[in-house]
Amino acid sequence: MNAINSGASKKRLPLKEKYRHLTRGLHWDTTYQPMNKVFPHAAYEGIKIHDWDKWEDPFRLTMDAYWKFQAEKERKLYAVLDTFAQNNGQTNFTDARYVNTMKLFLTGVSPLEYMAHRGFGHAGRQMAGVGPRVACQMQSLDELRHVQTQIHTMSHLNKYFSGFHEFPHLHSRMWYLSVPKSFFDDAVTAGPFEFMTAIGFSFEYVLTNLLFVPFMSGAAYNGDMATMTFGFSAQSDEARHMTLGLEVIKFMLEQDEQNVPIVQKWIDKWFWRGHRMLGLVAMMMDYMLPKRIMSWKEAWSMYFTEAGGALFADLARYGIRLPKYAEVATAEADHISHQNWAIFYQYTHAAGFHTWLPSDEEMDWLSAKYPDTFDKYYRPRFDLWREMEKEGKRFYNMGLPQLCSTCQIPMGYTEPGDPTSIAFRSSKYNGDTYHFCSDGCKDIFDNEPEKFSQAWLPVHQIFQGNCGGATMEDVLKWYKLDGDNMDYAQSLDKKMWDEWQAGKNRVSG
Amino acid sequence: MSIVSITLQNNDDARPIIAAILADNPKAELSNFPAMVKINAEGELIVNRETVEDKLGRPWDVQEIHLSLISLSGNIDEDDDRLRLFWRA
Amino acid sequence: MSTKSIGEYNFPAPDRVENFHGNQVVYLHWSKHLSFCAATAYPLPPDMPFGAVISNVIPGTYGPHPDFPRIDWSAVEWRIDGKPAKPDPEKSLKDNGIHHKSLVEFRTPGLDGYRGSAS
Repeated sequence: MNAINSGASKKRLPLKEKYRHLTRGLHWDTTYQPMNKVFPHAAYEGIKIHDWDKWEDPFRLTMDAYWKFQAEKERKLYAVLDTFAQNNGQTNFTDARYVNTMKLFLTGVSPLEYMAHRGFGHAGRQMAGVGPRVACQMQSLDELRHVQTQIHTMSHLNKYFSGFHEFPHLHSRMWYLSVPKSFFDDAVTAGPFEFMTAIGFSFEYVLTNLLFVPFMSGAAYNGDMATMTFGFSAQSDEARHMTLGLEVIKFMLEQDEQNVPIVQKWIDKWFWRGHRMLGLVAMMMDYMLPKRIMSWKEAWSMYFTEAGGALFADLARYGIRLPKYAEVATAEADHISHQNWAIFYQYTHAAGFHTWLPSDEEMDWLSAKYPDTFDKYYRPRFDLWREMEKEGKRFYNMGLPQLCSTCQIPMGYTEPGDPTSIAFRSSKYNGDTYHFCSDGCKDIFDNEPEKFSQAWLPVHQIFQGNCGGATMEDVLKWYKLDGDNMDYAQSLDKKMWDEWQAGKNRVSG
Repeated sequence: MSIVSITLQNNDDARPIIAAILADNPKAELSNFPAMVKINAEGELIVNRETVEDKLGRPWDVQEIHLSLISLSGNIDEDDDRLRLFWRA
Repeated sequence: MSTKSIGEYNFPAPDRVENFHGNQVVYLHWSKHLSFCAATAYPLPPDMPFGAVISNVIPGTYGPHPDFPRIDWSAVEWRIDGKPAKPDPEKSLKDNGIHHKSLVEFRTPGLDGYRGSAS
């Protein structure tokens, strides 16, 4: 820390002025070519910017300070990673079931960090104002750091556990990973302002707390020091990203009244898309962490209802309201983790991680956290599967699921107000039918059918013969699964874990 | 008034910052979670450089908070002497 | 509103029927049996008789459920693309109005899932 403060006593420019020099001073209007040709994506989305200089920089981090702080974060992180590996920290996890959350993270989330690196590089390049350009550049660098530190951290787990060895291969092939992949592909193929609204605002500001904070706090609670450290190291950048996301929104809204309906439509779209994707985190929190911090429903209430409510009250001055279907998402908080876990439980023969039935104790925790829904709708489902397991017929669904054409998740969500009926929605476009899991996903398709009708739906791709062959075996081979699938009870992970535990007991006598 | 919040790591770098926030913001409420603390306050929260320096016993750059920050909720205003979080509604 | 783009934006859908090698996609769903988490999808020839769906397709997926052996197929209520229907088992999928990406739901009166829980 002394290195950071070595210049503190020298007389220096006040922060605001220093930042102004770094940003505004680097900009000029081009003369050989008109500005609209140098920044060809700046206007086509319909967003009107009259004065880029009105951009307010929330955190005024200059490039020299940026490198200094990032270097300090890396030093701390790598010291912990090294210690963790040297000390065989993985043997101190609560339980090897925990590792499955990290498999989902490495295959589903880390590749998105890389896409965010590319996306912010691209969006920054297209911003005709220098303030957001510099902020996007820093975020682009941050995102690259995130994916690198995550891969580095989990390379250690790959020495011991299944499910880590083919993460980039899986990301663009595995059926459930088309959910996060298509989410981000949608964002990076939008214009720069929609991208910033999608990732910078809706994801980073409104929803990222629900992804990272429970994940990292959960890691800390389950003995995973390495993940906790890379997570908080990344999250220290996220706080800066959140403020960038909020600033972009305020800037667009303040620049022109005609921007308001465009921005509102993007907020509606990306809130719903983010909500659907975070359903994976919901099941992680409620089912996959051996020691739980809080329920998904509690996290939703803290981070969306409370924090999001305050945010949208602040934005009401511009005529912005809560995202459409926010109340549906809040009602779904009672169901979504159970429904998602049920999906993965029955398709775990084709997944890159293991699933299991909750124990009696875990079911009691779920009953307590979800008193209105768990015992009535979901406990009987687990009871049935437990009976089947006892008869030696562990339930694997042998039919491939119908997927939503927008979010690409198996259509397992139920009608608002009726948890005993699947919600079916559909639209016609160019003579074909498209199916959706919800009104939110249908609206998104109906607004951009040219885009979403191009969806690469894994189940249909299997039928078309594009995924290795016609049988389940062919497809699993194409995924390169190798002992990574099936129930935890019969997994290599469990076998190894039990041996480690037996070893510990022998040593301690 | 809406709630603003700041979430910090629960470690040695962050403890003086946490103490300074609690000293300077009488309405602040602290919650503990595994490895982190979340501080809520109605409408506004301020982190003052001087108070942190006092707790820490050395000069402190407000931007050092980036090393300990996990999350926040609110608009930001940052200068050499303090970081302010606030809602306008 | 449609997709905003920097140029012409017109791409074929990967799911159009000609990409399925003579088959069409058909979705099946057993109402009130949500232990099957979602409707299930099958590539089926449009000329396949509907009766073959009942005898050859449905049992492979839905057979493991304890309610399955108790189904009275003559009492089953069918819906095709959301509308009540009485499909003729002798006729083809096509002639029963089952098209590419049609949803066929079946409800089994008296059988509402494990212990009536819709599971």
